Amino acid sequence: MQEKMPILEMKNISKSFPGVKALSGVNLRAFSGEVMALLGENGAGKSTLMKILSGVYKRDEGIIRIEGREVEINGIKDAQNLGISIIHQELSLLPNLTIYENLFLGNEILGGFKLNKREMIKKSEELLKSFDFTVSPKTLTKELTVGEMQMVEIIKAVSKDAKIIIMDEPTTALTEVETEKLFKIIERLKNNNVAIIYISHRMDEIFKICDKITVLRDGTFIGEEDVKGITKDKLISMMVGRKLEEQFPRIDTKIGKSILKVENLSMKDKIKDVSFELFEGEILGVAGLMGSGRTEVAKLIFGEYKKSSGNVYIEGKKADINSPKDGIREGIAYLSEDRKKEGLILKLSVLENMTLSNLKKYESKVKRINRAKELEDCKAYTKKLLIKTSSPNQLIKNLSGGNQQKVIIAKWLLTSPKVFIIDEPTRGIDVGAKKEIYQILNELKAQGKGIIMISSDMEEILGVSDRILVMHEGRITGEIQRDKASQEKIMKYAVGIAD
Amino acid sequence: MDKLKSVIIKFKSLIGLLALCVIISIITPRFLNVNNLLNVLTQVSVNAVIAIGMSYVILTGGIDLSVGSILAITGAISASIIVKSNSVFLAIIAAIIIGALIGAFNGIIVSKGKIQPFIVTLAAMTIFRGVTYVYTNGTPISGLGRDFTFIGNAKVIGIPFPVVITLIVFLIAYYIINETRFGRYVYALGGNEDSTRLSGINTDRIKMIVYIVSGIAAAISGIIVTSRIGSASPNAGSGYELDAIAAVVLGGTSLSGGEGSITGTIIGAMIIGVLNNGLNLMNVSPFYQSIVKGLVILLAVLIDKRNKK
Repeated sequence: MQEKMPILEMKNISKSFPGVKALSGVNLRAFSGEVMALLGENGAGKSTLMKILSGVYKRDEGIIRIEGREVEINGIKDAQNLGISIIHQELSLLPNLTIYENLFLGNEILGGFKLNKREMIKKSEELLKSFDFTVSPKTLTKELTVGEMQMVEIIKAVSKDAKIIIMDEPTTALTEVETEKLFKIIERLKNNNVAIIYISHRMDEIFKICDKITVLRDGTFIGEEDVKGITKDKLISMMVGRKLEEQFPRIDTKIGKSILKVENLSMKDKIKDVSFELFEGEILGVAGLMGSGRTEVAKLIFGEYKKSSGNVYIEGKKADINSPKDGIREGIAYLSEDRKKEGLILKLSVLENMTLSNLKKYESKVKRINRAKELEDCKAYTKKLLIKTSSPNQLIKNLSGGNQQKVIIAKWLLTSPKVFIIDEPTRGIDVGAKKEIYQILNELKAQGKGIIMISSDMEEILGVSDRILVMHEGRITGEIQRDKASQEKIMKYAVGIAD
Repeated sequence: MDKLKSVIIKFKSLIGLLALCVIISIITPRFLNVNNLLNVLTQVSVNAVIAIGMSYVILTGGIDLSVGSILAITGAISASIIVKSNSVFLAIIAAIIIGALIGAFNGIIVSKGKIQPFIVTLAAMTIFRGVTYVYTNGTPISGLGRDFTFIGNAKVIGIPFPVVITLIVFLIAYYIINETRFGRYVYALGGNEDSTRLSGINTDRIKMIVYIVSGIAAAISGIIVTSRIGSASPNAGSGYELDAIAAVVLGGTSLSGGEGSITGTIIGAMIIGVLNNGLNLMNVSPFYQSIVKGLVILLAVLIDKRNKK
């Protein structure tokens, strides 16, 4: 078959930063009307490559061709003029402006000296309509959901005649319904002959919407393949450089006695009558769509939110938990889904983050922190959980997502909890580190801890849990044993179709 | 080379201070003599003590604009106690308790009322300045005995007593912020409040305590100022909050919280003191002094920003 000409061709791209070679001889192509997935673990060089393409960094070596013509991209403006548009993980819309103001930001239509608002609103309306997006262009952007904002960003890119659109993990913050909508838009863009470069950690998405994949590892080019005819295992081994026998290592443990019991837990109109029990040596998966109240239940148990009614029992005894401090005292650990906002303290070191919940243990009689003892524990856990850091005094912000997550796990292990509530344990973490996190969870399970794992990753829920609860609109709508669980069953409960 | 650079960055405030001293001593020979230097230290002590308290607040990401007014009201109260009872002990205790109470007032409203520290302490600044005027009837309280003025004017083995007090305050503050659990929590809270609360730390309590610390520090300065001058003026301490904030910032502490040090603050206070003294010795008009001080602060922050990039 004669291959068509790529609209974008990056060849032999290299880039060094002081002390690190970030990219070395990397190739990437993109074709009009196709989606090219760009894959690799965190730190593989995906972002650097995209920053070169969008004009943020300048390459050291290599050539970039657009429609066969060699081009120089010296700044963001150059990239825009070449029809390259990037949709970031963190959205760049201005929340206090309306949709149409955002769409025309920097390209306002003028009537004389003043803005021609009516014209801009009219054009915006047409644009939104062409994407089946029924919302007034005069809506303030901050009133939109994350998914809707993303849609506005995409529409903005398209309105600027973008020929190449880069999407950097676009679905991380989207609900399932919104994700579906996004996929429809991607289909449309393909039909309009736009080339898309799609960065994601989610395997099922790759197989669903991408045509080709390019894999990077440690800053080098591993290969380009058609999605048709590639298996998940092959893909993972390309990404991590070794064969993963199994992505979800599972162990069977003896389920012990009840460790946590929740009875008729409610919070205003958000959580209604939630009751369940957790046993020693068990991983209880909690599935559900975004906004189904999973995180709220976790935070209620932990004491971050105030319950309006209901009871929590720890090892059979009624527990009075009104703050996270109480939660920790009762032996509960809560690991948030949002590491940066609710887990880490980015300005502090690995060691300081690790011991934060347990500092009392290191206090001497004169209230002095025993640093030697702190360091000892930090080193022990760094070794035990295989945390990669140059030193305990390294600032935590310089660690990769997987290692940050391990530091947080260590932090909670230090409080010796009985119940672990872990919310989206592997969000934003690369494939290799994911498996290590699962192994840690397994080890905790083997030690007889009870684990509640909230996850939106269907494979993770199915692969790791011993038992699965499904939530829908603040209620538990289903409970499924591991051997009877399937994706369809979970979805049915998650969208509220009772059986 | 990289090592040298990191050392320079680490000690940049100190290097700046030393450079300033060298420049001033070249221009005016009157700078480098024991009496003048002790004089500088004495003058610095009032701002330094306030700035140490301010550092605690700023490290949590807050700010305390009420310190000048706290200085005035605690000065006035201690002066009136001296006039009535001549009990130095009672005067000091009363000042410190009042300072702590006003700090607690700020702290409660900031933490429980969830109102921005800038607004809360701005209001407190206005309120307690007014309270001072009401309390003093707008006139200075003087006629304080030798027992009390001793605090601001005596020397201990040649060192002015206010300097000794500052040193003690510094050592205690340094120990608490660097060696204790509370100190670690202050940095954590300034770095990320949600993460800190979810780590099982009572963040409201930490906030409350830092404003109390700031209030106590301002009260100690109130005692120093009043006993040094020998009278309590209702106008005392106005504008001192800005000098204290400047000292904290010059010492490399980030106004957004979570980063900085008490040692830096002391050096920052010294930079301002040495600059004031040098400009005085050079007979620069006070009008120009203000301009120079402002420019130095801007310059220091710009250099700091560049280094962080």
